[in-house]
Amino acid sequence: MRHTLFLSLTLAMFWVLISGHYTTFILVLGVISIAIVVFVAHRMDVVDHESQPVHLTLKLPAYYAWLIKEIILANILVVKHIWLGNKTISPVMTTIKASQKTDIGKVIYANSITLTPGTVTLELEGDKFIVHALLRESIKDLESGEMDRRVTQLED
Amino acid sequence: METILEFSSSIFLLIGSFLCISGGVGILRFPDFYTRMHAVGVTETLATAMILIGLILHNPDFLVDIKLMIILLMTIFISPTASHALAKAAQHNKLMPKLDTDIKADNKKVTSSNP
Repeated sequence: MRHTLFLSLTLAMFWVLISGHYTTFILVLGVISIAIVVFVAHRMDVVDHESQPVHLTLKLPAYYAWLIKEIILANILVVKHIWLGNKTISPVMTTIKASQKTDIGKVIYANSITLTPGTVTLELEGDKFIVHALLRESIKDLESGEMDRRVTQLED
Repeated sequence: METILEFSSSIFLLIGSFLCISGGVGILRFPDFYTRMHAVGVTETLATAMILIGLILHNPDFLVDIKLMIILLMTIFISPTASHALAKAAQHNKLMPKLDTDIKADNKKVTSSNP
């Protein structure tokens, strides 16, 4: 129920912000469209905690702020090494451990790793990620486990 | 107010363009597929964000700003998935990454073969 409500609210907001026309006719069309989408989503059985992570909503902004800071720092590092040239890079591929319990936590962690330039998640198996990194330092940062800890905090 | 917005928008667009060019240079420069993917990472995260923020500051229309913000959000959600799919496809087809030791050996070969 909570997830359905959240989905309808998100869709309504999306419609109002995208359309920009506030006549009765258009708004009624919007309500009908939202009803159809929610109905189809229910039939497909995709309205659950994974498609609508309501429980994360309050904690996400702080994590996003931290992630944006990390992304900016990683970008500066990678751009620096692009201009310094091939001799300064040290590509490595290692396995790191993830401490998240739920699937959505693992996905957030893997996507955060990929989103920061310089590190890419290649494979996810159980609680082990295979990560390719452009620089040794980036892997050291990941192994220190700050990102892992923050994502785990997010899920409970 | 107008001039401040105009000025900061130009600054953001300039930084974004520089990052895009850097990403392009990285694609040409780096030695193998996986390292090139990291260069693409620069273009698809901060460069996109900077250019879109520049455009948002440039445009006074609220509805257009919202659309630009949605584009930014979508890019941030979609690009890691695409990168991951690319990397996994490469790995499944047994494309081995050039690691640190290989590159050091290559450099040595190049310098020793040059008389």
